[in-house]
Amino acid sequence: MVEHRGFSRFLPHIVLVIGVAIVAFPVYLCFVGSTHPQDIVANGQMPLTPGPLFFETYYKTLFVGSSGSTREPVATMLMNSFIMACIIALGKIAISILSAFAVVYFKFPFRMAAFWLIFITLMLPVEVRIYPTYKIASDLNLLDSYAGLTIPLIASATATLFFRQFFLTIPDELVEASKLDGAGPLRFFWDTVLPLSRTNIAALFVILFIYGWNQYLWPILITTRDDMQTIVIGIKKMIVTADALTEWNVVLATAMLAMLPPVMVVVLMQRWFVKGLVETEK
Amino acid sequence: MAQVELSDIRKVYPGNVEAVREVSLTVPNGSFTVLLGPSGCGKSTLLRMIAGLETITSGTCKIGERVVNDIEPAARDIAMVFQNYALYPHMSVYDNMAYGLRNRGTPKPEIEQRVREAAKLLAIEDFLARKPRALSGGQRQRVAMGRAIVREPQVFLFDEPLSNLDAKLRVTMRLEIKRLHNRLNATSIFVTHDQVEAMTLADQVVVMNAGLIEQIGAPGEVYRHPASRFVASFIGSPAMNLMPGKIVEPGVVETPGGKLAFDTARFDASGEVEVGIRPEDIHVAGSGTSGIPFAAELVEELGATRLLHGNFGATPIIVAVPASGTIYENKEVRLSIGPAAIHLFDKTTGKSLAR
Repeated sequence: MVEHRGFSRFLPHIVLVIGVAIVAFPVYLCFVGSTHPQDIVANGQMPLTPGPLFFETYYKTLFVGSSGSTREPVATMLMNSFIMACIIALGKIAISILSAFAVVYFKFPFRMAAFWLIFITLMLPVEVRIYPTYKIASDLNLLDSYAGLTIPLIASATATLFFRQFFLTIPDELVEASKLDGAGPLRFFWDTVLPLSRTNIAALFVILFIYGWNQYLWPILITTRDDMQTIVIGIKKMIVTADALTEWNVVLATAMLAMLPPVMVVVLMQRWFVKGLVETEK
Repeated sequence: MAQVELSDIRKVYPGNVEAVREVSLTVPNGSFTVLLGPSGCGKSTLLRMIAGLETITSGTCKIGERVVNDIEPAARDIAMVFQNYALYPHMSVYDNMAYGLRNRGTPKPEIEQRVREAAKLLAIEDFLARKPRALSGGQRQRVAMGRAIVREPQVFLFDEPLSNLDAKLRVTMRLEIKRLHNRLNATSIFVTHDQVEAMTLADQVVVMNAGLIEQIGAPGEVYRHPASRFVASFIGSPAMNLMPGKIVEPGVVETPGGKLAFDTARFDASGEVEVGIRPEDIHVAGSGTSGIPFAAELVEELGATRLLHGNFGATPIIVAVPASGTIYENKEVRLSIGPAAIHLFDKTTGKSLAR
């Protein structure tokens, strides 16, 4: 460690404080806005201190809904987003850990071809294949369903690659010891690979949960019913551009609520997250 | 317990790399057999074929009365100890040892009993609840052996199990393995590149080179009567001195150092040969006029012995002398080499010319 003296002792802290302020101030403004009456927010005279309407606004947002182009209460949207993000994260993990296991531990013809096919999908995100994907989803009657929301987003090359790299670091002797101990491939997967991947799975869950939570384009295409929409879309729909007044306090409260679950996931799983990315249990 | 019988075993890897060529070997019931050789000689491949971790290209491998070529590793009734221990990092020591038995459906009380017994034998009872990463190298090695012991296999296979340990621990564990073998009397096959390990542990040493067996014999036998130039130079430390020679009259070979008598009852040779003399079989006769003249250019002090480095003509020679004697550096001395010290090898094939 470099030892700092005098002013230079405070310099790193000053930089950090400025950085935090830049990130945190808009969030704070958002929170302040959500506690004032809607006309104060709308006319641009919002003070920097929280207002008196915290409980009213959040109650209205969560359980009543706005008068914009979506009238669904935000609690439903939160639930939709949460279910979607969880299915996407867990589905991606389940599919990619199995395909990585197949690619690393089994010798079959065109093994590397299979791996590269998976790898190539990295170049084809949903945005690129949006029309065919939509067509298939609608032909399969998946519109306005959780299946339609999640399945097209589940196939994942990044997670497969991530698990493959991790499996390659598991010593071959462990596979051989398992063979001698009479463990077949599935047993080896269940008793050895899965427990060793715990921290990696946790790290990946954090990343993928946030990925799923923040989905915008696909949910806006696949859902039309208000009771199926996710919170990210809800925010957009609440902002009306026509003659009506946007209820900015409700919009800001929704934004605050939309931020909470990903923050909770990161905070609660932080320890595992860092562990999974930097160290391995071997 | 069972004997292991290998006949005409070959292993060819893709790309036509022949790792093991026509190896036949019998490991008697209850013996401790060491496969010894430099890295890449095929010894580990051979062991892994017995374990079932590599397929056998041709030939048969029998454990007991059963041909095991196409039998799964778990069904071969063997146990293996790996070089890097290969313990399951997420399982406790107890679970590591019990895992194989559980997979076989052994009843719980029996597993408990076998694990406790093995732990007692190896003095790891206090660590049963710990994870492997909380153990030292020696303790991990013991757990790995415990995992093998609880299975009560017909054959124990060891794949360089001591080479990850530091020098001191290696000696201790070596003794422990020997003790364990004396106690369990299980057929054991041990792979190593360390000749000291091989000499101390084995009933039967199998010296391998380039995929072939060079010699099979008891440790003393391999040391005293090496069957080839390779075995002669591989076994013994420092290595045997090798030099060109020519039989000039019956029982006398001419070397770059001078004429030496050899034992005609042991060797049948004529013409050009390769002469081998162990450093410890050469004695300093003093500074008289008889014997071979020798000047030590460099002396290595090893504590119990000293190694004198010099030359016979253009051939570098090492002589081992007791450390208590005179210091010979840069002094002309005379060496006496008895007929029993001379080994003769065929110049082209490298095979021993012993009768």
